[in-house]
Amino acid sequence: MFENLSHLALQQYWWFLVSLLGAILVFLMFVQGGQTLISTLGKTKDEKTILVNALGRKWEFTFTTLVTFGGAFFASFPLFYSTSFGGAYWVWMIILFAFVIQAIAYEFRNRPSNVYGPKTYETFLFINGLVGTIFIGTAVATFFTGSNFSVNDFNQSKWDTSFHGLEAALNVHNLSLGLTVFFLARVLAILYFMNAVDHKEILERSKKQLMINGVPFVIFFLTFTIWLLFRDGFAVNPESKEVYMQSYKYFNNLIEMPVVLIGFLVGVVLVLWGIISSLIKDNTKGIWFAGSGTVVTVLMLLLLAGYNNTSFYPSVSNLQSSLTIENASSSHFTLTAMSYVSLFIPFVLAYIWYAWRAINNRKIDQEEIESDDIHIY
Amino acid sequence: MFESIDLTLVNWSRAQFALTAMYHWIFVPLTLGLGFIVAFMETLYVKTGNPEWKRITKYWMKLFGINFAIGVATGIILEFEFGTNWSNYSWFVGDIFGAPLAIEGIMAFFMESTFIAVMFFGWGKVSKKFHLTSTWLTAIGANLSAVWILVANAWMQDPVGMKFNPDTARMEMVNFWDVFLSPSAVTKFLHTTTSGFVLAAIFVVGVSSWYLLKKREILFAKKSIVIASTFGIIASIMLIASGDSSAREMAEKQPMKFAAMEALYEGKTNAPLVAIGLIGDPQDDPMDKTAKEDFKIKIEIPNMLSYMAFLKADAFVPGIKDLILGNEKHGIMSYKEKIQRGYEAQQTLAAYKKAQKEGLPELASLKAKFNDQNWMDNYFQYFGYGAYYAEDEAQLEKNAFKIIPPISISFYSFHIMVILGGHFLLLFIILLWLIFKNKLADNKIVLWTAVWSIPLVYIASQAGWIVAEVGRQPWVIQDLMTTSRAVSQIDSGSVMVTFWLFALTFTSLLIAEVKILTKQIKIGPKKEGGKI
Ligand code: HDD
Ligand code: HEM
Ligand code: HEM
Repeated sequence: MFENLSHLALQQYWWFLVSLLGAILVFLMFVQGGQTLISTLGKTKDEKTILVNALGRKWEFTFTTLVTFGGAFFASFPLFYSTSFGGAYWVWMIILFAFVIQAIAYEFRNRPSNVYGPKTYETFLFINGLVGTIFIGTAVATFFTGSNFSVNDFNQSKWDTSFHGLEAALNVHNLSLGLTVFFLARVLAILYFMNAVDHKEILERSKKQLMINGVPFVIFFLTFTIWLLFRDGFAVNPESKEVYMQSYKYFNNLIEMPVVLIGFLVGVVLVLWGIISSLIKDNTKGIWFAGSGTVVTVLMLLLLAGYNNTSFYPSVSNLQSSLTIENASSSHFTLTAMSYVSLFIPFVLAYIWYAWRAINNRKIDQEEIESDDIHIY
Repeated sequence: MFESIDLTLVNWSRAQFALTAMYHWIFVPLTLGLGFIVAFMETLYVKTGNPEWKRITKYWMKLFGINFAIGVATGIILEFEFGTNWSNYSWFVGDIFGAPLAIEGIMAFFMESTFIAVMFFGWGKVSKKFHLTSTWLTAIGANLSAVWILVANAWMQDPVGMKFNPDTARMEMVNFWDVFLSPSAVTKFLHTTTSGFVLAAIFVVGVSSWYLLKKREILFAKKSIVIASTFGIIASIMLIASGDSSAREMAEKQPMKFAAMEALYEGKTNAPLVAIGLIGDPQDDPMDKTAKEDFKIKIEIPNMLSYMAFLKADAFVPGIKDLILGNEKHGIMSYKEKIQRGYEAQQTLAAYKKAQKEGLPELASLKAKFNDQNWMDNYFQYFGYGAYYAEDEAQLEKNAFKIIPPISISFYSFHIMVILGGHFLLLFIILLWLIFKNKLADNKIVLWTAVWSIPLVYIASQAGWIVAEVGRQPWVIQDLMTTSRAVSQIDSGSVMVTFWLFALTFTSLLIAEVKILTKQIKIGPKKEGGKI
């Protein structure tokens, strides 16, 4: 089946899958957003426990998606993996540290003799929520704004600044995406709490916070997007494979790929509707609209970066070193083998869905956290 | 590709990888084994309906959860470290090595993280059957994670199923099944997962013995010991059998590692196995022609080493010096020759790249070499050795003696692991025997031995990886790429900083984990019901 596809078709298929994983990851980062809201939305110890537990059942999914995203990127576009991780060393290390401290925080927070006290673990959760979202957003923005690296004849890469990726955080356009992701994650978290938690005070505070975080989200998102559509992009000559700068590249990509354009618009409308409907109506289903909208929008943004003769990981210091889905990918054989593996993905999604439903069929409330038969964080 | 490399950078990167991998490995084996033990216990609960089994299940499940979280925390670093610290490696073999990591995520990690949620939060919400299934799937998922990473590791020790592509300058996969089902991968998987089972079994019998010593939870402890010892005996037998196959594979694929872990300098027929030994002065530094075997103490089993390596008592086992200097009688090529051939392969690649860039006419003939099986088998095969080339003949001969792993570390780690492996099997048998005779509760010596076996099993398990990873130095991919060529080009200062950050963070987390675990053990299992 897959072995008959051209190398380019497989590369496009894998760019799609990697983008999809990235998009799901951004949606699932509502866990991170929620972690920055625990003391804003929860005032008493019990309220905080409810919030932590609402997130605690989901953090593993976000974490595992991040891990799988890394693995899938490695398998399909190894040159990206080696260039970006090895070069933008500090950015990735900071992101990873932020996830290390998250992974133990839930389980250890409430245990007796946990040495550092619950406050420390709550701080870990907060740091993860703040740093994880902003840095991942900033790192993804470099797909459009470029980085400083060069790749030699043997495809070995080298970073051209001694900041090792930290310089990306000083670029305002990158930061606008970082902050977009941060506020989006908070908005999604609020919508998730409204849906999963049954607690009057928390619900009231959530509504207020939705407004407070929704507005900056929209502002940063528009800043990033409009800027993106107007900036020069990294285009690839389909014959010579030479990389060159083209004006309005990403805007052109949207026009030249109408499906992506439509998807993008639909996604944005869904996100906005999810927020607005929760504000004006007594609606607790906003997360479904905003969540699916997030996945679609981010997916389309990432497709813009990789498809239509575009370099998805451009180098500003050495333009011809820029990575494209063609020059950075695995061999035809490996992509074929991995494509067979990708057939498992629907099954994985199905059982995740099933298990998620089985656990969330009841809202989390005071009674639940006092129940005796349950694991409590 | 061939420029000189900053050794401080290489060493900090190695130290960082070793540190993080060894921390990860503190937690992983308990997850691998305890998952199954908990699943057996819950099965008994569902089968018998006896709430005592539910109590036992929940207790061990709680310890499982605490340990699991920190296993996950240390794992994420490892996955990305291949990119951050070994980026040249990641490109050179990413076409093969990336796949298992991706498959691991898709097939194993999701399974584990989904069903672990049901396992912890599903009591009373889903049916008993579904809950039990989830517990089993969590255990299976954990062991599936091990499959893929171990396939990747086995491939580094015994690279198969690939072909070099000079255009991309990397190894490319040509046969997935050769990679997945290589004998090294299969034995590695069996040996490593069973080592996790043994570790978890020792953990359970150790903790339970402590309750018996404190005269608490007698029934609970005895039931736990019966389950864990039975599991432990079966796992130990498989562990020893697969360890034996590992050794045989190693003798064939990585003879230098084999010689180093036995500190065998001169090759022998009817080679004896050193069962217990104390090495004399460090001989390996610097290693040269005059180096001689030097044991202060040694107890040998005659013919055993030949038998272990080749299943024949009179087989020839090459020693370290045979491998370096070559041995015509036994058809062993010298390292000097391998270095020269590897260097030629590297030069050919460089010439090919130059010809490609400048459009030179010899392009086609150079490319043809990479498609010529004979040349690939006789020259390219030694690609990595080229890193040790020197113009000067005398220097080259000296360099050949650098291609050895640290000998005493390999030797001691291997022997500690094997001796302890025997000890654990014996301990499980004695525990079961005493329980059936109803004499365990007053046998303080055996109970304390069980308690003290907990640290020992962690030592054995770490020692195993030290044999495997230190023993293969200087190779990151056997014969093809040395560790120093694999490293990312960053300043060693950055790696040094992250090394200390990891050391500090992981140590603090370990302290918290140990405190929490010991506290939970002291509190003991809850009465009927109880939060987990
Ligand atoms: C509880 C831990 C434990 C115990 C008691 C043993 N092993 Fe082991 N051994 C491991 C835990 C381990 C391990 C941590 O799982 C390793 C590291 C790499 C690997 O594949 O498994 C390992 C590696 C390893 C290797 C190196 C494989 C390689 O380099 O690829 C050999 C030759 C053996 N073992 C042989 C044995 C033998 C003959 C044993 C007899 C009792 C034994 N081991 C007991
Ligand atoms: C979890 C168990 C493991 C432990 C305890 C372990 C231990 C070690 C140690 C001690 C070193 C340092 C050796 C030295 O430089 O002297 C090392 C290096 C390394 N190991 Fe492992 N290892 C483990 C698993 C793996 C696996 C599964 C892989 C690959 C999939 C792997 C790949 C590497 C690499 C790439 C290096 C760095 C290069 C080097 O220094 O050799 N390790 N490991
Ligand atoms: C002997 C070698 C290893 C074994 C048996 C092993 C197995 C496991 C297991 C059982 C877990 C439990 C946690 C979980 O799945 O969530 C885990 C976590 C993890 N391991 Fe390892 N591991 C090994 C070495 C490595 C190496 C070398 C890497 C890096 C490539 C790695 C990457 C990870 C990651 C990323 C996690 C967290 C996964 C998650 O989100 O669930 N492991 N590993």
